[in-house]
Amino acid sequence: MSFRDYASAPESTAILNLRPNYGLYIGGEWTDGRGGSMTTISPATENSIAEISLADASDIDRAVAAARKSYDTVWSRMSGAERGKYLFRIARLIQERAREFAVAETLDNGKSIRETRDIDIPLVAAWFFHYAGWADKLDYAGLGPNPSALGVAGQIIPWNFPLLMLAWKVAPALAAGNTVVLKPAESTPLTALMFVDICEQAGLPAGVVNIVPGFGGVAGKALVEHTGINKIAFTGSTAVGRNIARTLAGTDTRVTLELGGKGANIVFDDAAVDEAVEGIIAGIFFNQGHVCCAGSRLLVQENIQDEVVEKLTRRLSTLRLGDPLDKNTDIGAVNSKEQLARITAITATGEAEGANRWTLECELPAKGFWFRPTIFTNVTTSNTIARDEIFGPVLSVLSFRTPDEAIVKANNTPYGLSAGIWTQNASRMLRVADSLRAGVVWANTFNQFDPTSPFGGYKESGYGREGGRHGLAAYLANGGAR
Amino acid sequence: MSRLAIPKTYKLFIGGKFPRSESGRTTEVSSPAGEFIANVAKASRKDARDAVVAARAAWAGWSGASAYNRGQVLYRVAEMLEGRLDQFVSEIVESTGVKPADARAEVTAAIDCLVWHAGWTDKFAQVHGGANPVAGPFFNLSVPESTGVVALIAPSVAGTSLLGLVSSIAPALTTGNAVVVIASELAPCAAMTFAEVLSTSDVPGGVVNILTGSVVEVAPWLASHADVNAIDLTGAAREIAVECERAAAETLMRVVRPGTFGPTESAFNRIAVFVETKTVWHTKSLA
Repeated sequence: MSFRDYASAPESTAILNLRPNYGLYIGGEWTDGRGGSMTTISPATENSIAEISLADASDIDRAVAAARKSYDTVWSRMSGAERGKYLFRIARLIQERAREFAVAETLDNGKSIRETRDIDIPLVAAWFFHYAGWADKLDYAGLGPNPSALGVAGQIIPWNFPLLMLAWKVAPALAAGNTVVLKPAESTPLTALMFVDICEQAGLPAGVVNIVPGFGGVAGKALVEHTGINKIAFTGSTAVGRNIARTLAGTDTRVTLELGGKGANIVFDDAAVDEAVEGIIAGIFFNQGHVCCAGSRLLVQENIQDEVVEKLTRRLSTLRLGDPLDKNTDIGAVNSKEQLARITAITATGEAEGANRWTLECELPAKGFWFRPTIFTNVTTSNTIARDEIFGPVLSVLSFRTPDEAIVKANNTPYGLSAGIWTQNASRMLRVADSLRAGVVWANTFNQFDPTSPFGGYKESGYGREGGRHGLAAYLANGGAR
Repeated sequence: MSRLAIPKTYKLFIGGKFPRSESGRTTEVSSPAGEFIANVAKASRKDARDAVVAARAAWAGWSGASAYNRGQVLYRVAEMLEGRLDQFVSEIVESTGVKPADARAEVTAAIDCLVWHAGWTDKFAQVHGGANPVAGPFFNLSVPESTGVVALIAPSVAGTSLLGLVSSIAPALTTGNAVVVIASELAPCAAMTFAEVLSTSDVPGGVVNILTGSVVEVAPWLASHADVNAIDLTGAAREIAVECERAAAETLMRVVRPGTFGPTESAFNRIAVFVETKTVWHTKSLA
């Protein structure tokens, strides 16, 4: 046993009070879905957690009707101040039950308890608290006096930050006065279904929030195609985003899309290298790299490339991969078998196309879905691993000589979600930040999120912003394009 | 003895130059009374693509210009238009048959629209963006930036041949976009005369490119062009608008659907639809 070894310190699951099965939550009542059912499992152990009922098109129809009814009869008639108080209540209830949600999220998603406990769930509470205060201040949203809500919002969220993505969608929608039908991802429905309990404890009127687990190709598709929806908000892959945009062509349904990314993390030779190394790791190994805004392309100035890569691999070797419920764990499980297969396949192209692979040597648990943190050097801009979103703990390292070259390489992607800049030279930082075609630029930091800070992409990373006043406007009439 | 007048050849406006359509095609334009006015160029797919290339080349300079500079250039366009007020009035009267007073009202409204937008260039970022009070030791600022190359279908309803065009392009230009606009199919002459105004107004070549011709033929090429960032379908008929929106989905091009804004509307949000919000975080530390 070396000094780096820790005794395991697993978070207890005794705090959970899960049911063996969950239905759909429509109009304030639990109901069985007609789209069959599935077992949600823990990706770290492959153990079953609960049986989840799934929605089909007729269930979506019922959910939209329930949301419309509560919009017409209750929610749209309520004052903003009263709406806001429900959201404040939700924020407080989330804080009170934060640990329970953190454990559930870790169990269902596979990400480390350190992250769910310190990042995901606190941000969920912060998101509701922030938007709660907006509900009676819509006149200041920049859309003229007394802007109106859109009506019923259909919301489809991914599996990488399950409850946080729910908060990003539900909080601004409700604050603006909409009611929602939310479809969680098929592999991570648990915390969205637990959120129902929060809504009930808050006394939220029936039908304001409807939760309908299901498959994208069934429930998601039915939601997007439903004529009773006024707005679709989607976070997920660019391919599905394109489908949604195509489907909604010619309708009056408003759309915001938060899609893929291939973020460049640019390290100049005047950067504080040790801090940069921490930022590179936070950029790509946070949440096992299941992050649309991950810094998946490291652009490092040529003269410090060897030093940075050496420090990076040394630092990575101290990270602990394993049981996500263990409080010492840095790297958790990959979310699903399918995602593990995708990461494995695209990583194989890295070697096949000539890049040099470095993989963290560590033991993998016997069961569950695991991928060792991996770094590719000698990557060229045309390599698949430098172009396609991997959505896993895989970093592609490219080098540059001049700031201009760094900017050109960083922008050489159809995506435009995030970017990072590491330099101690403030004027260089500001000049590079100006030139990057990305919606979020982190300078001397990475992967920071806050409810007051707009988040969203340029180009094929989608359109619309979430967070702050911009995120509110996406749920109000006259809020912009589509 | 009466003098024989010199009629104008109407061409396209691409990259600051006035080329004919590479296709060699023209469309005959007549007055409401049926009298021949001109053979207007009928733009092709190639012309549209050339216009996108010109717009992309011009975008860096225009978006990188200071807001103050862009404001002065837009104001200069208004000055040049004011100087040609009578010319536009008679051209609109001749081609559409409206009363001179109505034509004058349209042209002066176009001038005022340009002045309104000129005044927005250096205020828009302050109103639309701002500092975000994040819960951590970070400087955090959201700033709107131009989306890039914007394709516009100018409205073709009566009384908008100039004002509709100006109302379409001014919001996109305000924040630094470069545009490719398909002029009113009904009354294209005023648009091409407006190109002469632009070319004498310090607007860098390629920042505004104007095509005349068939919207149904040309618009889908712009909607499916991978180097176009946004498309404004305000002037498109329903069927072609749906086709364009569907094509635009392939590149996740930003789309302004018909009816989002009135054909001659000037509005803050009409400027806002052609920007991307960039949020920059920086660590604060005394170290």
